Parts: sequence; structure tokens; C-alpha cells
Amino acid sequence: MSNVARGRRVKIAGVALATMTVLLATACSSGGGGSTSADGKVSIDFSQWWGSELPDGDLQKIVTSFEAANPNITVNLLTQPYSTLQDQTTTAGVSGTLADVVGLDGAWVNNLVKQGALDNLSTEMTSTSYDASQLSSQVQIKGSTYMIPVVNFVYPLFTNDALLAQAGVTTPPATRDEFLADAKAISAKTSAKGWILPLGTTNPNGVQNDVMSWLWASGGSMMKDGQPDLTNDGVSSAVNYVKSLYDAKVVADGTFTLQEPDKVTQFTNGQVGMMVDSLAHITTIQKANPNLKFSISAIPATDGYTGKRGIPYASWGIGVSDKSAHKAEAWKFVQYLMSKDVNANVSSLAHGFPGNSTATPDFTGSDPLYEQAFKIYQAGYPANEFVGLPTSDQLMRDFDTAFQKTLNGDGSVSDMLSATQASWKKAF
Amino acid sequence: MTALRTGRVSSRFGSSRLARKATPYGFVAPTAILLIALMVVPIVLVISYSVSTGSITSKDAPFTGITNYVTLLTNPDFWNAAFNTLVFTVSSVVAHLLIGLGFSLMLNSRLLGSVPRAIFRVIYILPWLFTAAIIAVLWRLLLDPQGVVNYLLQAVHLAGSPIAWFGDPGAALFAVTVMNIWAGYPFFMISLLAGLQGVPADLYEAARVDGASGFQQFLSVTLPQLRPIIISMAMLDVLWTTQQFALIWLTTGGGPISVTEMLSTFTYKLAFTGFDFSMAATSAVIVLIFSLIVAIFYVRSQRSES
Repeated sequence: MSNVARGRRVKIAGVALATMTVLLATACSSGGGGSTSADGKVSIDFSQWWGSELPDGDLQKIVTSFEAANPNITVNLLTQPYSTLQDQTTTAGVSGTLADVVGLDGAWVNNLVKQGALDNLSTEMTSTSYDASQLSSQVQIKGSTYMIPVVNFVYPLFTNDALLAQAGVTTPPATRDEFLADAKAISAKTSAKGWILPLGTTNPNGVQNDVMSWLWASGGSMMKDGQPDLTNDGVSSAVNYVKSLYDAKVVADGTFTLQEPDKVTQFTNGQVGMMVDSLAHITTIQKANPNLKFSISAIPATDGYTGKRGIPYASWGIGVSDKSAHKAEAWKFVQYLMSKDVNANVSSLAHGFPGNSTATPDFTGSDPLYEQAFKIYQAGYPANEFVGLPTSDQLMRDFDTAFQKTLNGDGSVSDMLSATQASWKKAF
Repeated sequence: MTALRTGRVSSRFGSSRLARKATPYGFVAPTAILLIALMVVPIVLVISYSVSTGSITSKDAPFTGITNYVTLLTNPDFWNAAFNTLVFTVSSVVAHLLIGLGFSLMLNSRLLGSVPRAIFRVIYILPWLFTAAIIAVLWRLLLDPQGVVNYLLQAVHLAGSPIAWFGDPGAALFAVTVMNIWAGYPFFMISLLAGLQGVPADLYEAARVDGASGFQQFLSVTLPQLRPIIISMAMLDVLWTTQQFALIWLTTGGGPISVTEMLSTFTYKLAFTGFDFSMAATSAVIVLIFSLIVAIFYVRSQRSES
């Protein structure tokens, strides 16, 4: 081999080494944010899971209409399923590569704020004189807003009309006593179980939707002065009530590993007569079993309760990355989504309820159940005390595991609540 | 012209020596950089997280030495997960070996015709073709209280009421282990079958001449010949089973009441639901140390074979 050839090889190896170093450095440092083009146009990224749950192309249409109204801003949709987005948002928040505008679940907010990943939207509202009174709710940490719910999905009580009729029940239960009696009747007189309680720990949201919902429906609270208050009478009464349903064997088998999709499947197949579930599943249920007739109603409250009923909800929330180079444009996009007409449109498409309290969803052509649910929503108030709590998933999981032990006969409800209270306090 | 060329060569004498020395490094560099970037850096980072508190989630993560290790090693939940992982791993590896060996002997037997052998080979290898998600869905359907297994058990009066296999604290660890055994035996079976086909026929012939029975041939010829494969496979399987996450997460999530909590799910929960990345890193480092010990034995066994 000649020296010239060898030298050439060394040069090639050197170039390869330099190229790889540059590539690696670029890979390590590149963020997920938008950019500004030479003509001054700003491009922002919007990561969310909504696009995968809306009809094909509908979210893009909304984005296109925003771009038409704001020709200098382009929005890139980064759509991923909810399950993968949670982990990715956490890691992106850590590495400072969160998209400019980010779709959020209330459970993620506290941690992202701790990481310094989310922009303080209260500052944006003040600087743009935004009228925050039109927002139905805001997720705040220490008095500052970090997430705005765009669409709310409420969790009413679903009842299978045929199974209730078979059990001799004429109207959906309105009180806890009625619910227990109806669940017993369904379990005794039909081949189905009265109720389903998914307490699987993979996604422990059964604690929020299927256990604490009984507390909120009777106007109770698990918090006091920003701290957990699990030992109060309301929580104790609700948890004891759920245990009484389990002990009465009116709950579907496999509670400890069931998840929300199992709940929907069993209700759709007529294996359970009643469930507390998201309105977002109405279409899924009707598509899977077009012959199933079901009703929705408010979650039963304690006997004699006449106050407003809290109704659990989940949100499509939105926030802005604190690391975004285009916060003004990102905030402009958030305002657009929260504007009365656009917000009503997004809510109608998603079969949810608007985050803008002045917006009314368009029920034309949609199932009458939605309009009925909107009345329940308006008569009560959205209640989800897990939103904004630190490590809310972990809090639910701690509760879930402790409650499973109690249901399995290991200890009393009051001991379990005291132990969980102590465990929760460590997170605050 | 010749003088000119000679002059160039002599002027480049120093650089050509350098080039000669640098060339091997240049070739190794891309691999080395990738290894450093993808292996060394992450491992060093994880170790550094494990000796600090609030890493990743807070801007200042103070050095805490071995505090996290002490905390974790005195946490009963960690030992519960470690115990479950041990039971799950030992049961799975032993069953993988026995089932894999049994099926490979059957597929290698002359008693089986070529057509049934091909059919059985396809059937037996099927579990290996499914992804973890498919396996989890399949077993959830099979073991559902309203599923096929419960139906059959009730039909033959072996169970009075449906059993929630994944939801019953007394049955869940058994259920996930059975699922994992089903998912993993084909790898043993294929490897051992390849080993069996490589055993020289004259060894069996010599054993028969010496009057060895079928069982004695198995003990004295087959097993010693398969020993290197069995050791390698067992060690690899220990590593893989210890790290099994998807099947557990998709069926029980570590529940009910933590009876199927494994080190993998325990670590995941620390990181992604508790956002305690320091403790998660500590747990990961402990698993890494265990894996390294097994890996060292694996490499040694490979060396002794070669």
C-alpha cells in the first residue's frame, strides 16, 4: 500500500470520525421546538394525542383554519397515542425538548412544572389582557396557570336498559341505596353482574373514576387546604360503600386487574348492568354493539343529598413549553383553540364539553345522550381532585394497592385510609 | 522527475509514520464512538443518577453517595419485587428447559414421520412468533373469568366458580409464570433441536454396543453433548426473564396487591409514575450488577467451549 493511499485512508477515517461526532452532537442537542424561516414565518410544533382520537383530518382542518388567520405561523401536528405520549412528554420535559404547544393530561402537570418545562400561562394571559373568566377551569400550581382544559370528558353512570328491565328496575338509581339494590337485583335475576370496578394497577385511574367519583357525587372532598384528607367522613363513607358493593358480590370478577377498556368491553357485551364511564366511549359502545340500549344519568349520591353533584372528568389540556422560542405564537394558538366558536367545534368533534364556558357544543345530528349528559354536566360541577397533584398516578396506585388489600380481607377501611394518608403526605 | 518524487516521499516521511499509526484508530473510531455514546455514556449517567437525589426532575441534584442504595435495599417493596422475580425466573427457566428439551427430543425422534414432524414443528414454534402484546391479549382472553380455561374447568367440575387468574392474589404469579413459560420455550426447543441433530450417531451406536438402555443413552450421550448449549441458553434465559416487563405490564401491571411485582415493573413505576429517577436508577444499577455477574459466567462458559 502506498503512503499516498494510506494517507488518503487516514483522511477518510478522520472525516468519518468528524462527521459522526457532529452527527452525535447534533442528535444530542437537537430540541423538539419550532423554527423561524428566512421569510420570517414561524413554525411551531404541537404534540398531542387528540388527532388519533378525532375523526381523520379534523384536527388538521382546525390547524389549517388557524394558519389561514395567521399566515406567519405554521403549526406542525405531532400526533401520538395517549399511552406513548405520557412517557415521551415526561422525557421531553426533562431534556428540554418539549414541543412548543403540548397536549396535557392534568396528571402530568405538577411534575412538568417541577421540571421547569411548562410556561406560566398566567403571565401570558396578563401580558395579552386575556379574559380568563371565559375558561371553565384552569390547572394551577401555587396560584399560576400551567394547563387549560380544552375539552372535558365527563364520567356519568351508564345503565343497560334491558338488564335493568330484566331485574325489575324501571329508572336508573339516583342514590347509593338504590344503586346497591339495583346491582343486587341485576346480579340475582340476570346472568350479568350489577357493576364493574376496574382496579388494575397498570393504569390506576379506577381509583379516580370508579371509587372517588362516589365521594365527589355527594359533594365530598379528599383534600383540605391543599393537603390530602383521606380520613374524613365523606371519604370513609364512599370507600366503605364501594367495599360493601364488592362484599355483596355484585361486582364483576377480576376487579384487581381490570382496566378501563375491560369495563367498556364488559358493559358493551352485556356482562355488567352498570358502569361509571367516559362519554367519549358512547360511539365505541354503539359501534361494537348497535343493538345495546343504554341510558346515562348522574352518579348516585348519598340518601338525602341535595347539593350539586361533582362529576368526574378527564381533559384534553393544553400548555406551552417554557423552552419554546416562540411562546407568543404558541400562546396565540392556545387562544385560538379556546375561542368560543373553535372551542365549541373541537368539543363537538370530540363529543366532549367545551373548556370555554361561553361555548355550547353543537348537538345537531349527534346522539341525544350527549345533550342529556350536557344537562347533567351543567347541573353539577366537574370534579377531579387528582388533577395537578404531585405524582397523581403514583398516589392513585398507592391507594389502589392498599384498597385491594382491604377488599381482599386484609385490614379495615379506616386503617387503610390512615395508612394511605400517611403515604400520600410524603409526596406533598 | 525521480528526484522530485523522492523528495516528496522524504518530506512526507514523518506524516506517513503518523498515518500508519493512526489508521487502525481511524477504523475503530466509529464503533468506539457508537459504543461510548450508546453504552458507556448512558451507563455512567444512570450510575451518576443513582448517587444523587432528584436527578432529572430538579435542576440541582445533590450527591448523596450510597444513601439511595441503603434506602432501596431496606425497602420491603424492593425485596418483594426481587423475590417475585426470583420465583418467576427460576420457574420459567426450568420449565423452558424441560419443555424445550422434551419437544426437541420428540421432534428429533425417528418414531415421528416427516409430515407430523413438520406440523408439530410449526405448532410448537408458534408462541415464539407472537409479540408480547399479542401474547398478553391472548392469555387475558384465555384466563378471563368468562374465558375458555374457566369454561373448561367448570365443565369438568374442577372449579365451582370462575377463577380470576390474573386478578386473584393467590393465582396471579402462577398465571404470569405459565404465560411466560408458554411464550419462551420455543427458543430452547429450537436451540436444543439443533444441538441434538449435531450429536454424532456413532456415539449412540457405541452406547448401544455397550448395552446402554435408551434412558442411559440419554444420560450418558445426549445430555453431555447438549451441556454447553443448555448452560448458554439457561444463562441467556435468566437474563431475559429477569428483565421481562411487557408481559407483566400488559396483564397484571404488577398487581394484584403487588404479587406479580417484578424488578422491571418496580423500576418502571419508580421512574414513570413516581418520577423518582434517582431511585429508579439505583434499582436499575442493582439489576445491572446482577446481570453482569450472569454475563461474566456466560462469557466464561463460551470461552471454555471454544
